[in-house]
Amino acid sequence: MTKEILTALYIASSVLFILSLGGLSNEEKAKRAVWYGIFGMIIAVFGTIFGPNTNYDKWLLPTIIIGSIIGILVAQKVKMTGMPQLVAALHSFVGLAAVFIGINSALEPPKNLANIELIIHEIEIFLGVFIGAITFTGSVIAFGKLSELITGKALVLPGRHLINIVMTLSCFVLGYLFLNQYGISSLYLMTLIAFILGAHLVLAIGGADMPVVVSMLNSYSGWAAAATGFLLGNDLLIVTGALVGSSGAILSYIMCKAMNRNFLSVILGGWGDSTGPTKEIEGEMIPTDIETISSSLNDAKNVIIVPGYGMAVAQAQSSVSELTSRLRKKKINVRFGIHPVAGRLPGHMNVLLAEAKVPYDIVLEMDEINDDFSETDVVLILGANDIVNPAAIEDPNSPIAGMPVLEVWKSSQVYIFKRGQGRGYSGIENPLFFKDNSRMIYGDAKNSLDSILQQIN
Amino acid sequence: MKIGCPAEITKDENRIALTPSSALELKKLGFECFIEKNAGSNSGFSDQEYLDAGVKVLNSAKKIWETSDVIIKVRNPLQNEIKLIQSKTILISFIWPAQNKDLLGKLNKLNASVIAMDMIPRISRAQKMDALSSMANVAGYRAVIEAGNNFGRFFTGQITAAGKVPPAKVLVIGAGVAGLAAIGTAQSLGAIVRSFDVRPEVAEQIESMGAEFLMLDFPEDASGEGGYAKPASKEFIKKEMALFKEQASEIDIVITTALIPGRPAPKLWLAEMVKLMQPGSVIVDLAAEQGGNCEFTKPGKIIETENRVKIIGFTDFPSRMAAQSSNLYSNNIRHMLSDLTPNRDGVININMDDDVIRGSTVAHDGKITYPPPPPKIKAIAKVSSSPNQKTPQELEKENYDKERSYGRRQVMLLIIGGFLMFLIGSYAPPSFMQHFIVFVLSCFVGFQVIWNVSHSLHTPLMAVTNAISGIIIIGALLQIGSSNYLVNILASISVLIATINIVGGFLVTKRMLSMFKKS
Repeated sequence: MTKEILTALYIASSVLFILSLGGLSNEEKAKRAVWYGIFGMIIAVFGTIFGPNTNYDKWLLPTIIIGSIIGILVAQKVKMTGMPQLVAALHSFVGLAAVFIGINSALEPPKNLANIELIIHEIEIFLGVFIGAITFTGSVIAFGKLSELITGKALVLPGRHLINIVMTLSCFVLGYLFLNQYGISSLYLMTLIAFILGAHLVLAIGGADMPVVVSMLNSYSGWAAAATGFLLGNDLLIVTGALVGSSGAILSYIMCKAMNRNFLSVILGGWGDSTGPTKEIEGEMIPTDIETISSSLNDAKNVIIVPGYGMAVAQAQSSVSELTSRLRKKKINVRFGIHPVAGRLPGHMNVLLAEAKVPYDIVLEMDEINDDFSETDVVLILGANDIVNPAAIEDPNSPIAGMPVLEVWKSSQVYIFKRGQGRGYSGIENPLFFKDNSRMIYGDAKNSLDSILQQIN
Repeated sequence: MKIGCPAEITKDENRIALTPSSALELKKLGFECFIEKNAGSNSGFSDQEYLDAGVKVLNSAKKIWETSDVIIKVRNPLQNEIKLIQSKTILISFIWPAQNKDLLGKLNKLNASVIAMDMIPRISRAQKMDALSSMANVAGYRAVIEAGNNFGRFFTGQITAAGKVPPAKVLVIGAGVAGLAAIGTAQSLGAIVRSFDVRPEVAEQIESMGAEFLMLDFPEDASGEGGYAKPASKEFIKKEMALFKEQASEIDIVITTALIPGRPAPKLWLAEMVKLMQPGSVIVDLAAEQGGNCEFTKPGKIIETENRVKIIGFTDFPSRMAAQSSNLYSNNIRHMLSDLTPNRDGVININMDDDVIRGSTVAHDGKITYPPPPPKIKAIAKVSSSPNQKTPQELEKENYDKERSYGRRQVMLLIIGGFLMFLIGSYAPPSFMQHFIVFVLSCFVGFQVIWNVSHSLHTPLMAVTNAISGIIIIGALLQIGSSNYLVNILASISVLIATINIVGGFLVTKRMLSMFKKS
């Protein structure tokens, strides 16, 4: 195979990758779009294996087969509630591969490079390894947090910003040494520091900010691939890396916008400072019982369910789905309102509900459903807190002021399923719980829903 | 403690303060319940039903008053009943302390603790025991039903084979609980409903019930304390009357509910308006007991004027629906009792620090505790006249400014970006620049494509980008088979994990997408 044919194959697979991402604009197209991606990948991989620059190695085929088997097992075994962990784990792989490839490239630099080209090449190695290393440890920590192997709480070290700055600077100093031929050990040391930096960055971020972290790491893994593309002079890697990188960047932007927070403040951890005393909340939290909820569901015409991370924790999605189908059989209009940052991964709630066989056309985005709450009889809130906090709109001094939220309090009756009386992740008091039309039902959401199910006739 | 419920002896009072279902709940609070024989029959509850609910039925009122520590009733006690009251009895019923000062004095002399169900403060926490609201709700409903009973036409408009029927037009004056209930009932019967209230902040509630709010263009707010109205000024009343006159000839049914606490009902529907109404029209005056909102109202009676307008002045609307009213009232009583027994041990604790209990207790420990201090919390939040409402010009200017600053920022970014490109271009070798153009264009394509991705598919998007970022395998493939031992190992590991990425990523994406089903 000549170099030109290989380039042609690379062009074909770039186009297929773009089509594959573009196809995700709606649910039906998406099913076809995955195949574009798969074909693109097959063309690229086999093209490269049989291409002019590859030395075929007897270990190659077994490695690919083992990798595929692991991949198949993982894809079949993973639970939909475990998607965030899987995504984080896969990010870490890309990061690690980028580190290895970068180091390899430094160990065995391409020949016949002019001086300036050599420097550029080394800059590329440095960037590829640096981004790859941060992606790797960052994703490993994110994986640990999401699968609750380590605490989801933010680790706040004193002077953590300073630590980050010092580590970043020393990486660049080591990079400078590497460029000036101080040898590969400076690259190793830089890699080590970048590993620590990546871990520390993600350790400082709390559980509910994970959607942003995961999308950010998604973006990094793309940039790492692109940097690798530069150092190998491979356009396909550059194109794909750029696609993935911009995808992650956009997701991070959407998540930050949905929390009305600055990207930097999320990445560096901690909430912004509030500007004054927050409003006092009047009223009390009124508990209610299963009978009341079931009877008002039985009498309702319009119901909206707002799920949050708590639904995933309680594994309540199948009960929710069952409730939905029973209510729909009674000609009750049931819909779901999804906040962009609900869950631990962008679009997490949609996948969980899809798995539980909730039809996707009744699962609506915040912007699509926010105007309908005033005509809704009953709203059920399952393990969500900040995304339905009216303080974001009503109280300019609230730490989440300006964050777009689901305006559930405009409906006639709100039932809040909650584990206990505590506050949400952000520690912000939620005035919704104290409103006249709000009632609390404490305990495990799944158990409560199952008891309600028995009383829906 | 023992709770007793004597039969109501006030004439035409059909309600009862204890129902079999409320008795069950009271038992859970640790009380023992007693009821006078046949006391529930007028509201449709037989003695057997009470017995089934564990209530003891006693033969005479005297026995009830003697055995019970707590007496629950609907109407305030009459002369005959006062004689039966034991010392230290706790009495819970309607009292109307402002109108019945004498009664209050007598009860206090007997050392009774008196909780007036009409004195419950109107705050959200107390809504569950607010008997005035629950009775007003019944009255509002019944008012429409009585009106329909005396009105010769349909409420709803119809086009039938026999001809067209216009819908009835209903005007509800005063949008308190009764007014809103009347609006809802008339609305659901199909009438065209209009409503007027002196408190502008209820406009939203009126509209939410489906009625049209008749706006009075006058800068006065007649909202008083505790969610009630206060008397209006002369000019205001003049405008109001003009509005009513304008409506009178069109309206088929008028339901008036205007009351100001502690005063005779304001006269709102005057003789001139009644004269303007069409024959066959109906006026229901819910304020009849306090003298009526209509000039012709005769309390307790239906009268017909010369131009054949019927005016209904019943004063016992809730009692006309005794089963429903008793149900609601007994629930109010039960909630009151449950607040009075915080430990659920059947022992009443009149806690004068509690806003609700303090407000409704009019006599306790030998002292008259009426009137209570004013409620601390307002019943209905006032609608703040929003001062930051912007004119269209201002909005346009704001938009224009926003666009301009946005444009400026974009130009700035382009200039900075161009300068950076220039810098890179002046130092980097041609091979790098070739790749760089591919990179920049791919970023743009990526941004365009990803913006269109549906929000619901963000998780599959992440999984698929995961898979295709496994393209990094190509880098490893190019390095594998090297003579350097370490390079070979690192490259092989990279191939392994990148393969996991590719296969795992694509398969899980496929799995997820196949779950998305349309209904």
